Amino acid sequence: MKPTQTENPEYFHNVIDCQYACPAHTPVPEYIRLISDGRYDDAYMINWVSNVFPGILGRICDRPCEPACRRGRIEKEPVAICRLKRVAADNKDSIKNRLPSVPTAKNGKKIALIGGGPASLTVARDLLPLGYQVDLYDNQAAAGGFIRTQVPSFRLPAEVLNEEVNYILDMGVTCHFNHYVRSLKAMLDKGYDAIFIGTGAPRGRDLPELPGRKEGDAYIHVGIDWLAAVLYRHVARIGKRVLVLGGGNTAMDCCRTARRLGGEDVRVVVRSPRTEMKASPWEIEDALHEDVPVIDNHVPLEFVVEKGRLVGMRFDRVVGRLDENGRRKLASTGEEPVFMPCDEVLLAVGQQNAFPWIEKDLGLQFTQKGLPLLNEITHQSTLKQVFFAGDAAFGPRNVITAVAQGHQAAISIDLFCQGEDLGNRPHPKVNLFGQKMGYHEWLYESQVTDDKRQAVSVIEKVKSLKDRLLEVELGFDKEKGHKEARRCLNCDVQTIFIAQTCIECDACVDICPVTCINFLADGEETDLRSRLQIPAENLSQSLYVSPPLPTGRIMVKDENVCLHCGLCAERCPTASWEMLKFTYHSAQAGDK
Amino acid sequence: MTFTRPSFRHPSQPTNSLGYSRSDYEGTISTLCAGCGHDSISNAIIQACFEIPVEPHKVVKMSGIGCSSKTPAYYLGKSHGFNSVHGRMPSIATGANMANRDLIYLGVSGDGDTASIGMGQFIHVLRRDLNMTYVVMNNGCYGLTKGQDSATADKGSKSKKGAPNPFESIDLCELAIQLGAGFVGRGFSGDKQQLVPLLKAAMSHEGIAFLDVISPCVTFNNTSGSTKSYQYVRDHIEATGTFDFIPLQQEILTQYEEGTTQAVTMHDGSVIYLHKNANSPDVTNRRKSMDILEAEKEKGRLLTGILFLDPESSDTHEILATSLSPLNTLTETELCPGSAALQKINERLR
Ligand SMILES: Cc1cc2nc3c(=O)[nH]c(=O)nc-3n(C[C@H](O)[C@H](O)[C@H](O)COP(=O)(O)OP(=O)(O)OC[C@H]3O[C@@H](n4cnc5c(N)ncnc54)[C@H](O)[C@@H]3O)c2cc1C
Ligand SMILES: Cc1ncc(C[n+]2csc(CCOP(=O)(O)OP(=O)(O)O)c2C)c(N)n1
Ligand code: SF4
Ligand code: SF4
Ligand code: SF4
Ligand SMILES: [Mg+2]
Repeated sequence: MKPTQTENPEYFHNVIDCQYACPAHTPVPEYIRLISDGRYDDAYMINWVSNVFPGILGRICDRPCEPACRRGRIEKEPVAICRLKRVAADNKDSIKNRLPSVPTAKNGKKIALIGGGPASLTVARDLLPLGYQVDLYDNQAAAGGFIRTQVPSFRLPAEVLNEEVNYILDMGVTCHFNHYVRSLKAMLDKGYDAIFIGTGAPRGRDLPELPGRKEGDAYIHVGIDWLAAVLYRHVARIGKRVLVLGGGNTAMDCCRTARRLGGEDVRVVVRSPRTEMKASPWEIEDALHEDVPVIDNHVPLEFVVEKGRLVGMRFDRVVGRLDENGRRKLASTGEEPVFMPCDEVLLAVGQQNAFPWIEKDLGLQFTQKGLPLLNEITHQSTLKQVFFAGDAAFGPRNVITAVAQGHQAAISIDLFCQGEDLGNRPHPKVNLFGQKMGYHEWLYESQVTDDKRQAVSVIEKVKSLKDRLLEVELGFDKEKGHKEARRCLNCDVQTIFIAQTCIECDACVDICPVTCINFLADGEETDLRSRLQIPAENLSQSLYVSPPLPTGRIMVKDENVCLHCGLCAERCPTASWEMLKFTYHSAQAGDK
Repeated sequence: MTFTRPSFRHPSQPTNSLGYSRSDYEGTISTLCAGCGHDSISNAIIQACFEIPVEPHKVVKMSGIGCSSKTPAYYLGKSHGFNSVHGRMPSIATGANMANRDLIYLGVSGDGDTASIGMGQFIHVLRRDLNMTYVVMNNGCYGLTKGQDSATADKGSKSKKGAPNPFESIDLCELAIQLGAGFVGRGFSGDKQQLVPLLKAAMSHEGIAFLDVISPCVTFNNTSGSTKSYQYVRDHIEATGTFDFIPLQQEILTQYEEGTTQAVTMHDGSVIYLHKNANSPDVTNRRKSMDILEAEKEKGRLLTGILFLDPESSDTHEILATSLSPLNTLTETELCPGSAALQKINERLR
């Protein structure tokens, strides 16, 4: 196999599982170490630079980093990365003086942002310090988008949301709230240098064809509209018996909100098996904890309406079977339909994009799915001055994806306004930094603790069900935060092998607790993977391969479960292993 | 300061047929110098015991004094052990073995511990053919006391001190063959591919199995003038030939072509297949084994592998016709067989 090219920054980036999995590539281990040192402000700022909303994301992030976390491969549970982010946000002092300054002399370029969700706010934050003038248009009364109108306060309190949204608005965004943009053409005519569209996926899917839908309309609500109505206090109560249709996170927010508005017998009913539900496992757990059963394999047949009143719903029981193409299909069990009585139904069966306000003759093309046709890297549409990011760009995802895409769109808008090639994007900022202090001493805490994932405290159920504004999770206190932070394996402290000085004594092989290091005859990758002392079966993790050594063998390290404990470097008599901290900061608008 | 090793192991760590993982054969973290050959041998022992497999509680590990003799702390943490005084491992092993013949005895020693202060004990344990595996971690010096030349240092070899060794060296393997060991081999700490099977085969031998393992002392004897350095050994190593060790429990899957291998069945039913080629010597003949050792030495080569093999030798218990059961299992009935039995014995002495 070819010796590994560690000069390619993506090699070491890939070793930092969490950072690599984070759409915004937040330098996770760096901020976690700062938390274990009690440096909450610094930890917060590392986050703020990368993901813009640490306090918000520390509560509601979809956490793609956690299933990727290395710790989850060597024991049961990953590091509680998300909750640690909240520890930084909750314990910081004022960080206002650390926010970037916005020049008073503007660069003469004007940008319009349509929609005021996380994607738009990210673009604003990235462009304002560069001297752009930014106008924001949103049909709601305040900025935040779906994280304001959809995510319930018992998961994300308004103060937390306001604080982080205001950091950005206070940088000098000109806001036009309660302003629904009805025409892109009109916006184009205003002469902006670029227009950014971050209008999300604002339309909830309905079940218009289901019998009884029209007759029962007064008792049947589209989930996302209902959640927004709850926020604006247009809706303050719900019937005692509520059925929530759908298995995603919206369904979980609907059922838990219903429990707080008087719903006593609230059930979630899903078409497919429980294992295929889209909702995050922890959200399902929270719903179950609030006495909401999840009933799977039930396909809705009809709304039963008697004397103008919804009395219940009928469902067909199904099982998942594989069809001849190997795809899973739901087939009726042939049993009698099930009747479930209810007073109201919440539909949480999906979200759609909708751009009725974009005229068809402007040259802005759409895909067959009704999404704008975009360059996936630059986020530029077929109208060269119009850019998209967030749920409006590639369909509904989550906040952290909207942020990551917002950064990319901001880079593109900046390049575009400066008349530069959009393909000529700035590179990530990377650095390698030695960690050695002495024979057994390192700049980082190299010892690996055995502590299990810390449990988070929650407010008493009886209390929280009475008040939809009361935050359920209390977060980690400083002590728990410290303990949890110490579980991190410092995956950014890279092991670097220097073949020239190795005397092949095997000391590193012998000491490595997880049998990563091997010296063996060269071969092709699949062959090498199979011949390691413990075969390297996780293909998402690389093999680190050295050039040939004096005995003709090569060193092959399986990066998969390396603990970054530094013992190889401590035991090597010739210092042929080094521990170097690799920092990787994704490029942002204005970087060269 | 890192004096602990993380407790996590590879999630796909395999288990052996007894249900143990390799980590069940580990000991505490080593305090030897980084890169010491002894650590590699410790790990080869762990690997061999895992692979054979032995039950950890059936093993007794013993040693004398020296860096090498410290190593039992670093492997087989769940086994019995005794760290004796300098050079006295063989007598402790003899006592233990006489008391309980059912355990597996693994002694490690250093070249100083064996070839200097312990020489008297060493030659007698060989003569008596005690059922044990005797490993010398041979670095040509007294590592623990700062690297003085040992009796296995080659004449003219220079350690870190810089003065060439003026004395003749002792070849422990030749001595072992001469004094009747039924299994004699030599390995190198830097070649586990050979060392692990050597250890496994040695541990299957009944009677004394002696292994001389060249094990560089990185701190005092890994210099360019030393004949026990990583570099020198790699440049001068020669093997008697490759071999396969097939433990008793394992099915024999490979078919060997007639005439290319020699199968030697061990006492416990395991089989060692010695692979032959044009220059591979016959290692089942004592005289020839001695000759070939001398011949290679003359050429300046260091011969490794199985150097002599005679599974038919008889161990101390057999020679002395001792009790077939461990002493701790003997009850009053066997120990005090009564006056009739005493009578009989007395008759015999008349
Ligand atoms: C119930 C629910 C719960 C969720 N929970 C989570 C969660 O826990 N974690 C997570 O990461 N994600 C969650 N999401 C998803 C997340 O909210 C979105 O992915 C994210 O907000 C998308 O950001 P955005 O900036 O692309 O758009 P949005 O946040 O959707 O913002 C778009 C804004 O544009 C406005 N707008 C639309 N059209 C126009 C127009 N023509 N003129 C003016 N304004 C317009 C909208 O009203 C809205 O305010 C949840 C979604 C829902 C529905
Ligand atoms: C009776 C006695 N005499 C001398 C010593 C000092 N001493 C300790 S270790 C050692 C030599 C060890 O050499 P070796 O067995 O080769 O072990 P190494 O450290 O090289 O592995 C000596 C002479 C001692 N501990 N006890
Ligand atoms: S152990 Fe730490 S650095 Fe490694 S993936 Fe998990 S959170 Fe990231
Ligand atoms: S410990 Fe150092 S010298 Fe020894 S094999 Fe490993 S890298 Fe090479
Ligand atoms: S002094 Fe020599 S023999 Fe002793 S531990 Fe150090 S390297 Fe090994
Ligand atoms: Mg020695």
